[in-house]
Amino acid sequence: MTPLEALEEQSIYIFREAYKHFRQLCMLWSIGKDSTVLLWLARKAFFGHVPFPLVHIDTSYKVPSMIRYRDDLARRWKLQMIVGQNRDALAQGMNHTRGRLTCCRALKTDALRHTLDGSWPRLRMGPDGNYREEEKREAFTGVIVGARADEEGSRSKERYFSPRDHAGDWDVSEQPPELWNQFKTDFAPGTHVRIHPLLDWTEINIWEYIERERIPIIDIYFDDGTGHRYRSIGCECCTTKIASTARDTAEILVELRRTNVPERAGRAQDQEDTYAMEKLRREGYM
Amino acid sequence: MQIVIVGHVDHGKSTLVGRLLADTGVLGDGKLEKVRATCERQGKVFEYAFLLDALEAEQDQGITIDAARVFFRTALRDYIIIDAPGHIEFLKNMVTGAARAEAAVLLIDAKEGVRENSRRHGYLLSMLGIRQVAVVVNKMDLVDFDRAHFDGIAAEYRAFLADVGIRPAHVIPMAARSGDNVATRSNATPWYDGPTVLEAVDGFAKLPSRASAALRMPVQDVYKWGHRGDDARVIAGRVESGTLRVGDRVLFSPSNKTATVASIERWAAPEEQSVEAGRSIGVTLDQQIYVERGEVLSHLQDAPEVGTRLRVNLFWLGKRPMERGRAYKLKLGTAATEVRLHEIHRVLDASDLQARIDKPQVDRHDVADVVLVTRHTIAFDRSADNEITGRFVIVDGYDIAGGGIVRELVPDEHHDLRMQSRLRDIEWVRGDITPGQRAELNGHPATLVMLTGEHGVGKHAVARALEAHLVKRGHHAYLLDGKNVFLGVDADLALDDRDELVRRFGEVAHLLLDAGLLVISTTNVIGLADHRVIETLVAPRPVFTVHLGAPVPGDAPGLNYPAGTAVEGTVEGIVEELRRRGRLRRDA
Repeated sequence: MTPLEALEEQSIYIFREAYKHFRQLCMLWSIGKDSTVLLWLARKAFFGHVPFPLVHIDTSYKVPSMIRYRDDLARRWKLQMIVGQNRDALAQGMNHTRGRLTCCRALKTDALRHTLDGSWPRLRMGPDGNYREEEKREAFTGVIVGARADEEGSRSKERYFSPRDHAGDWDVSEQPPELWNQFKTDFAPGTHVRIHPLLDWTEINIWEYIERERIPIIDIYFDDGTGHRYRSIGCECCTTKIASTARDTAEILVELRRTNVPERAGRAQDQEDTYAMEKLRREGYM
Repeated sequence: MQIVIVGHVDHGKSTLVGRLLADTGVLGDGKLEKVRATCERQGKVFEYAFLLDALEAEQDQGITIDAARVFFRTALRDYIIIDAPGHIEFLKNMVTGAARAEAAVLLIDAKEGVRENSRRHGYLLSMLGIRQVAVVVNKMDLVDFDRAHFDGIAAEYRAFLADVGIRPAHVIPMAARSGDNVATRSNATPWYDGPTVLEAVDGFAKLPSRASAALRMPVQDVYKWGHRGDDARVIAGRVESGTLRVGDRVLFSPSNKTATVASIERWAAPEEQSVEAGRSIGVTLDQQIYVERGEVLSHLQDAPEVGTRLRVNLFWLGKRPMERGRAYKLKLGTAATEVRLHEIHRVLDASDLQARIDKPQVDRHDVADVVLVTRHTIAFDRSADNEITGRFVIVDGYDIAGGGIVRELVPDEHHDLRMQSRLRDIEWVRGDITPGQRAELNGHPATLVMLTGEHGVGKHAVARALEAHLVKRGHHAYLLDGKNVFLGVDADLALDDRDELVRRFGEVAHLLLDAGLLVISTTNVIGLADHRVIETLVAPRPVFTVHLGAPVPGDAPGLNYPAGTAVEGTVEGIVEELRRRGRLRRDA
């Protein structure tokens, strides 16, 4: 077995454990390359099905083609799509000029928390491919997330199955042990568990897998014709493109094997303060 | 390859990892400078360890609180280095980190020598199944790179590790802070001719494939969708050891069901006729048999052990001690069952294996040799035969609180019968009608309803009324009275040959259940102690007991009615409960 195959098998195993143990299970799909690989692995685990809803948090500032791509794939792959948003903050004009961390906290962290616990309205795609207000909203107890340990420091402390407390907070120093593929599948009422099937994958593994499986990744990762592309995607206002002429997966791999620039260098919120990501993660940011 | 670095607190693990990163040039641009600048701002002297300590809490306390994963690359291959905390409070995190690793670097401070956690970690690594170990004696600069000093520590630690079954590949003198013998050979240790740490790490072998071991695939789940669009049940799981081929006759334990593999299922992948250990797959069978998560798929030969009593070595990490009389959850492979601490052979202080502690419970950070009793029969292996299906964790409340390895099966009082019925089931000759088809035609699966209670309490009246009630509604029910078995099948037996009477009664019940019937049994011969015998003989078909009269201490029947309850009410209650358990149609 190659290292990439070993990663794939482990991810499939984790997916099946999650599906077996969590009745209220969902997966966060940010439309980015990692969670799209995650989506592909879910189909691997369940023989082409995705037997739980996918949750997307729409800040309204996403690169527009991301939303088109999302809905197109959702209809084609028959995905159960749920979309959440911080409608109040947006109504009051929240945007990154009020402070990047403030904006992330409101439009991502708060929106995510209240979408997952069902306390805020959420849109659900119906069989006809159109979104409607979801009527019976339940809190999710298992949330599958595409976080990778190599992305930045705080993520390297995650377990495959990481508990979150009543407020959705992550107590890094009080995590239970996890060994031998025996995961935390028992949890107190009101708490939930974040599940990380991609924890051991690196950015290069992700692209190697996209290439091997020919996963239809969103095209903004590739050179837009001006010699620029996104390496990490998010809100249009806070994500900058890198100079790159990589037009396909193979060319991205060649480029990645040469670079020493961190993946999230183009993500403005990370640069705000040394502990920016950890602060956001403790509060429930993915 | 995943490797873990462990050792006593402050012996320099994070410094070593930081140094490895810096010396092999795998750090992202600017990372080293960024950490140097942060140190300057905070008025601290730069340490390589800070490279890893990405979290505030950690930098404040100066100790690693969790097992952080660091990605790292040499010319040979990619690594994930797990920097495991050395502080005893964080032993659970060290175990978490080490359990994922294929090899370990054990660090010892040259000045402090072998300490409590050096030994505890060594013992735990052994229990976690890690066989490839390199020992590194750090901070050699503090002892002037003195050879005799190094040799003393090396000899002491080698002797300890030998006791726990570990033979280190190398013992390396090193100074992480100055980089001596980390990535480059040190001039200060001309007397040392072994590898540097980096060379030792590159020298670890990938674990050999388990493809040639006995086949084990713990059933993870059963899906009712096949990607071919038919409704074939797909049994999902990971082949943990051995090789599985299409056409193989396979056995599921502990249910003892057998079938032939019809296909190996994977999505968006080439069709395969055989798969080796490590692959997460789906399997379809030549016939629809009902199997559940927790069973182990194997070949008919080299099947796993089945039983309820396990002698194990375990380590305990829970805040509450492990005590007798409390129920825990055992998770082994994909099986989960209630478990109790049955007997403590000895409790050890893992930091001093000579010390045997006489106490009635297993406390946090203890290591113990104990016997566990599970509530349900489970399939497993001795750890020496198969380390994956020979290890387990114990859940206390919501969290994993301990783990361990199986030394051996301890036969319980039903062991011989269980083995006999296993052989019987494997050899059983079947017609073309499967139990599933029979259940569909009958409208209900086979179930044994046992009525128990004192002589004269009215069991027989209830049994007769229940049979009549069910048959009149189109169910295939049959009243099996113990006396009828005695009159014919047992005609050659003496009344006091109880074991054989019970065994024959159980076998007759088994035949009737195989015929797909709802068997209602009542007999005065069979006492409470014999119920487990009957259960063992008819397993995995469920036995539903209904006790009439005063409750018996220690017995938990499916239903209990006081003596004198009206027959009609009792029958209705039983029917309702059978429906609730899915043993009868809803509209029955």
